[in-house]
Amino acid sequence: MSIVLTRIDDRLIHGQVVVGWVQALNAKRIVLIDDEVRGNKWEQDLYALGVPGGVEVVFMSVSEAIEAVTEMNGDAIRTVFLIANVETARRLCDGTDIITHVNVGGLHDGNGRSERLSYVYLSDDEAALLLQIRDGGVEVTAQDVPTAKAVALEHWA
Amino acid sequence: MSTSLRILSDMLKGVIVSHATLAGALVAAVKEITGDDGELAAVSNTGESPEGLCAAVRAAVGSEPAVVFVDMPGSSCLHATLREFRARDDVAIVAGVNLAMLLDFVFHRELTPEEAAARAISAAERSIRTVHV
Repeated sequence: MSIVLTRIDDRLIHGQVVVGWVQALNAKRIVLIDDEVRGNKWEQDLYALGVPGGVEVVFMSVSEAIEAVTEMNGDAIRTVFLIANVETARRLCDGTDIITHVNVGGLHDGNGRSERLSYVYLSDDEAALLLQIRDGGVEVTAQDVPTAKAVALEHWA
Repeated sequence: MSTSLRILSDMLKGVIVSHATLAGALVAAVKEITGDDGELAAVSNTGESPEGLCAAVRAAVGSEPAVVFVDMPGSSCLHATLREFRARDDVAIVAGVNLAMLLDFVFHRELTPEEAAARAISAAERSIRTVHV
């Protein structure tokens, strides 16, 4: 089990991830799964700026990640999956049963969302999608930083 | 009077973009030391979406030449700043803000953004040292 975290966070690679989670989990690979970023070299360079030395960063579309997830989970490289939104997480979870836990780490206000936790804002459609992911057998919790307590989906969606 | 105002308006603006309350605290520290906030503005990323942070940085900088200081490379603060200003050659961006660089900046706001940024970085580097008593 090399995939040590699958995180939904609209900031993708940023301070909480590289300083907090990557160090706490001793991750050596970040896989940023996003169709838009996968097709934009400038965005990839931007996100790569934040990756610490000794940590590999890979940019994949959702379909590429689904294709590669078995192999990545089977190798020895501790890996963090990063996803910007709930819909992308649903597509990923629909395409593989290897993802058993999704961490919601940061979804901000806007786009018809309402506050569920101080760092999680969701539209009703997004809440329904997360419940759908959970009903498919994936544990869904919210947790912004490694030292915080994970909060089960039932308490905030 | 009008000449003086024109010169003041031509001077660089400084904007600090940080996590939590660091940016505001740095502005307060500069003011405490110099008696002047040196036209520094603070932007926090707390609670901001990526789009919201871009808008906040854009509003703080405005349309005049400026130097933007962000707290750390690879942060959402830097991402928003780069997204907003990559097409502007009158805005310089510095990652790794500290107090020493801001103190240098506020006294050299008559320079170009690139010149002021280079000076500020040099001042910051000189300020980091092991101190033996």
